[in-house]
Amino acid sequence: MAQANSTVPARKLPGSLETNRRLERWLSINADGTVTLITGKVEIGQGILTALIQMTAEELDIDVSRIRLRAASTAFSPDEGITSGSRSIQESGLALRHAAAEARDLLLARAAQKLGVTLESLTVKDGVISVRGGGSVTYWELATPDLLAREASFDVTSKLPQEHVVVGTSLERVDIPNKVTGKPSFVQDMQLPGTLHGRICRPPGPGATLKAIDLKEVRQMPGVVAVVRDGSFLGVVAEREEQAIRAERRMARIAQWTPGPELPANDPRHLLTLQAEAETEVISTKGNPDNEPETAGAKQLSAEYTKPYIAHASLAPSCAIAHWEDGKVKIWTHSQGIYPLRGDMAQALGLPEQDIIITHAEGAGCYGHNAADDVTLDAVLLARAVPGKPVRVQWMREDEFGWEPFSSPMVMHMSASLDDQGNIINWGHELWSHAHSTRPGGKGGVNLLAAWHLEKPLPAAKPGNPPLPGGGSHRNAVPLYDFPNQKVTNHLIRRSPLRASALRALGGFANAFAIECFMDELAGAAGVDPVEFRLRHLKDARAKAVIEKVAQMAGWKANEQGDGERGRGIGFARYKNLAAYIAVIAEVQVGEEVRVTKLWGAVDVGQAINPDGVLNQIEGGMIQSASMALKERIDFDKVGVTTRNWDDYPILSFVEVPEIEVALINRPEAPPVGAGEGTQGPVAAAIGNAIHNALGARLRDMPFTRDRIVAALSA
Amino acid sequence: MALTIEVNGKTREVQADAETPLLYALRNDLGLVGTRYGCGLAQCGACTVIIDGQPVQSCDVPLSSVVGKKITTVEALGSDASLHPLQKAFIAEQAAQCGYCASGILMAAKALLDSNNNPSDAEIRKALERNLCRCGTHSRILRAIKNAAKEMRGA
Ligand code: FES
Ligand code: FES
Repeated sequence: MAQANSTVPARKLPGSLETNRRLERWLSINADGTVTLITGKVEIGQGILTALIQMTAEELDIDVSRIRLRAASTAFSPDEGITSGSRSIQESGLALRHAAAEARDLLLARAAQKLGVTLESLTVKDGVISVRGGGSVTYWELATPDLLAREASFDVTSKLPQEHVVVGTSLERVDIPNKVTGKPSFVQDMQLPGTLHGRICRPPGPGATLKAIDLKEVRQMPGVVAVVRDGSFLGVVAEREEQAIRAERRMARIAQWTPGPELPANDPRHLLTLQAEAETEVISTKGNPDNEPETAGAKQLSAEYTKPYIAHASLAPSCAIAHWEDGKVKIWTHSQGIYPLRGDMAQALGLPEQDIIITHAEGAGCYGHNAADDVTLDAVLLARAVPGKPVRVQWMREDEFGWEPFSSPMVMHMSASLDDQGNIINWGHELWSHAHSTRPGGKGGVNLLAAWHLEKPLPAAKPGNPPLPGGGSHRNAVPLYDFPNQKVTNHLIRRSPLRASALRALGGFANAFAIECFMDELAGAAGVDPVEFRLRHLKDARAKAVIEKVAQMAGWKANEQGDGERGRGIGFARYKNLAAYIAVIAEVQVGEEVRVTKLWGAVDVGQAINPDGVLNQIEGGMIQSASMALKERIDFDKVGVTTRNWDDYPILSFVEVPEIEVALINRPEAPPVGAGEGTQGPVAAAIGNAIHNALGARLRDMPFTRDRIVAALSA
Repeated sequence: MALTIEVNGKTREVQADAETPLLYALRNDLGLVGTRYGCGLAQCGACTVIIDGQPVQSCDVPLSSVVGKKITTVEALGSDASLHPLQKAFIAEQAAQCGYCASGILMAAKALLDSNNNPSDAEIRKALERNLCRCGTHSRILRAIKNAAKEMRGA
């Protein structure tokens, strides 16, 4: 690589193979008739491992049942950064596809040599290589440890989509049987011999510090093995889980804290008061958006939309296990990024990275950066007090709501002009948001909660905001529609009063929500049907196809009107402007509360590796987005977060969930893209538009609670 | 202290405080980790087990109150050799994303089907009112329970 020729563009290997080129890092072909698949990506309930198995089995021409997965570990896995952004298929999947295709080529070459025949005369079926006219040898006989001990080469051809027999089928998820029979499936379920249990006693709010605590009485409680205090970090280790919980409760009662700086009022528009701190950047311009007389058109509209802090609210509070021995620590965690976590951990502990071995074990669905990394440092700090003993720490529900990083509040100010034909001739979108990534692996600090509470606290890294085209706060802010004039401006206020980080779709949730509601407002002003209005402003054929499809599924009628209670609305986005196309129609029934009765979705994810897996992800995303749009908001007072349990933070229940109908437009010829997060904005917008269709009232602030409906109706 | 409880048809002795929530005894003393902690506040249903025929949040009952009662956990819903129709239906419908909610929901559904073998959609939803699923797998779960009920009726 040092001699890369600067005049020839460097060739790139697919996905994460580019940065992890050794084939044996990804695969091993075993003498016992199995294939070990090693990925740096992790299962977070998205079915990724099943899809990776399919892609690997396809290229190797083996039965999927031969594949064994190895849990990702810093001890041997490829470093694939973080499992997020629905990028696992593009990164790990394409790497494995290439590695498996190359492994097959190498095996065929060996077979040809051994059997003294040409490559062309060979065929493979489930690992058995046969010669036309007789003779055969198996992968398992041919594979020796040196087979894959090499760097991937460029000239490898993987199968054409039309040759696929495993990819594109709805193979059953490999993990579900264990989960429905109650087998140990999660890091929460791991039981190492001699495990002790830890709990953490957190401050009342961010910035609060521990003034005093009498630890003597805690040490004397039943089962307590160790009490750890390091600055404002306070935790307890006990023999039994319920003993650790009781001891933590006692600590919470007797600890005296000095409050941190006062928190502002809980209103997304607080962002607008921080303009002095904002990094303002125009991220898209087209035509001449500021040329007033030309672009003023016949009608001008403007509107402001907001979204509050919301939570990942994983069903399982975060959990990790740590075990110190001889100054080294072994860790089991459901972190989405074991390598970035190791880097931050090494700084926090002052240890070389190789003394920290982190192995992934599944947690509950996390939907982004929840407390998985934080609880890992908690476990490590508590376990350090009892070397030789594994310590399992699980956060309590109130810890998870109180201390997980939230999704940032946002404000979107939209403006546009219509010409006398009802076409948009100028479009403006200004947004205000905090940064959307404070994951471990940031620059210039440590992004782990406990590290900030230590006697010698480590600074937090500068909050990150992923750059375009994917984007962070500005994800999906540039419209996919074709407007002659447009201007999109991002006001980034990095620091957030409450810690903010990645949650599904990042800023794309609120931006697509605002764009799609505003499109309906404009369609109304132009007197044009919302479906027709979108289509006439779009050139992208795949975008049009999902909108047409969903309209057809729902039996959409041009200019259909709600009846004062029932109404329907549409929303659309192409996730990150470069991944899945998703169009949604929502039907609502508004009484005391807004009830979403049905959601239709049409989705194009390019090549669907596992169509049912994609549907599962999309359906789930749709229900979760509906829940966020209708109900969810984190509350806090001057001191700290007051949302502490499921009563404070209701999510959509079984009684309330809508019926869902999703159609997949499969495009085997188009590159596969992830599916997990694209529904967020379109669903929220479709619901907002349906409420307007039903009531004639426009809700521009999420969540769409009863109070807000009453207020909008009386406005 | 030692308490004797009956779990999945077996008499088990647990060395713990009488006030210990059943959940921790199941998981940490008896190794039945299919019953899961989600909130400890009887709000999420991840810890649901069946006690004398009723679905109960095991995080919210002290050990002392279940002595002499029959406790069934997800591990005894079916066996690997012969899955319960609910388990088969969950697999057939691929009714899980992360699956952390699954065991609690399966137990709530079993309690329902044991008392009503032909529940309406509304009755199923009602029976799961205290079970949360954050991944949004609800529609598949509802479908799976319907199908399992049908199968159990021999329809
Ligand atoms: S853990 Fe028992 S109801 Fe949530
Ligand atoms: S499948 Fe993840 S909580 Fe239900």
